[in-house]
Amino acid sequence: MMIMVREVEGSLFKLKLMRDEARKAAINNIKETGKLETDPTGHVDRFLEYFAIAPVDTDPSGVIWRLEHLLDVRDVRFKDDVKLMAPKADETQVNNLELMLEAALALNLIYRVIRHYYLLGKKTLSLYVIMQLQMILPLIMREAEAYASAQKAFTLGQPIGDGAGALVAAKLMQGHEKTKVEKDMILAHVPIEGRNAYVLKAEGPGGNVGKPGEAIKQVIEQNEGKISLAILIDAGLKLEGEKTGEVAEGIGVAIGGPEVDKYKVEESALKHKVPVNSIIIREDVGDAVSPMRKEIVDAIDGAIERVKRLLLERTKPGDSVIVAGIGNTIGIGQ
Amino acid sequence: MNQTVPPTRRFPPLLIGVIMIALLLSLISIYFGMTEYMLGDSSTASFYMSIGMVTLALSTYMLYQTRKRMIRLISMEMQPLSSTVQCQKCGFKNIRAFKQGDYVFKETDEACPKDSQKMVISSIYREVKEKEKAKETGY
Repeated sequence: MMIMVREVEGSLFKLKLMRDEARKAAINNIKETGKLETDPTGHVDRFLEYFAIAPVDTDPSGVIWRLEHLLDVRDVRFKDDVKLMAPKADETQVNNLELMLEAALALNLIYRVIRHYYLLGKKTLSLYVIMQLQMILPLIMREAEAYASAQKAFTLGQPIGDGAGALVAAKLMQGHEKTKVEKDMILAHVPIEGRNAYVLKAEGPGGNVGKPGEAIKQVIEQNEGKISLAILIDAGLKLEGEKTGEVAEGIGVAIGGPEVDKYKVEESALKHKVPVNSIIIREDVGDAVSPMRKEIVDAIDGAIERVKRLLLERTKPGDSVIVAGIGNTIGIGQ
Repeated sequence: MNQTVPPTRRFPPLLIGVIMIALLLSLISIYFGMTEYMLGDSSTASFYMSIGMVTLALSTYMLYQTRKRMIRLISMEMQPLSSTVQCQKCGFKNIRAFKQGDYVFKETDEACPKDSQKMVISSIYREVKEKEKAKETGY
């Protein structure tokens, strides 16, 4: 048992280091960006202890709308707090600072939970608590390392692996007129292989995922459901042994996160009988939140070719289609 | 948020104590070996010397491993990032280190050496070492 306790102790020490580094980086970045004379430490510490309570799901009716409301409230609250901490930051900097603080919050939460079970195991002298903790720690450490790496990327506004879909959309909309649509989303009309494509992505280069579900729903409704195909491009989790940057396609809505956007697209697609196809660029969870790897950048052209092939195979010339790049658009303009 | 400091230690003090004692004993053994050699008893000298050398090597190695583990724990190295700056007209590419403020599709102040057009950042990426890549697809 002592060997296991030592191993957990070592990981806990590393988690503490990561948490403290993330907190320090957040405070320094807020001071720099906000050009503050006062110390934001207290405010940052309060932020790192924030929690969100999930809506009641014992009565699942309407849970998606309640969840969406909670997420909106959380988003507004986080943005307002960041603006209070760094009043001189512009919109892009506010988005990046928010993401950076969220990564620090996640590290703080992981550290606190692991510490809880470690102390509980020691207090109760329970071999099973310590054993479970020691068994799951390698996976938790990978996630924590990914968050630590992500925080550095957010600090510098570097594109992350999750932005693969957004990068595909950004490449497609280059040289075409863009308009801002539903919350933090950008739309461009792009002719692709003789089809009229509505290309969507979140507004960059600040850290942002936008509301792709709402934007896709709006485009479908504005076209009175006359959309021949919707293609969603996103980063997808790879299995161990698979290559990073592999492109794969399938059906269904490739949108991760709390499923509000996924639900909206599914509902809208069902109502208007729009076929939904997805293209994913494979990467692991660490790559998704750390600076974008070269393999992912190299896969972008392959994903664009897949989009073109899908359009040629599944639609006719002159059809209207939706091509949506999903994911965090940090470090990616349009 | 820092009211309770966890009882985590950088490395076990008992282990460090044992290594230090072994280090000291190895030095004493080497000293004895040298004294015996001066007195002309070469067989006892070589016995003490070999015991001392082996213990010294083992304890130094263990001390080095403990230190190496600490360095690994503390350092979370930042991987270098590259920005590809491309001329939209002729396609000329220049790869340079990432600078703060860079983002994909940003129009830079850098001019294309071929046709003096303004260049655009076409990609930002990090390269993973071949060793790590091999680990990913080992089977």
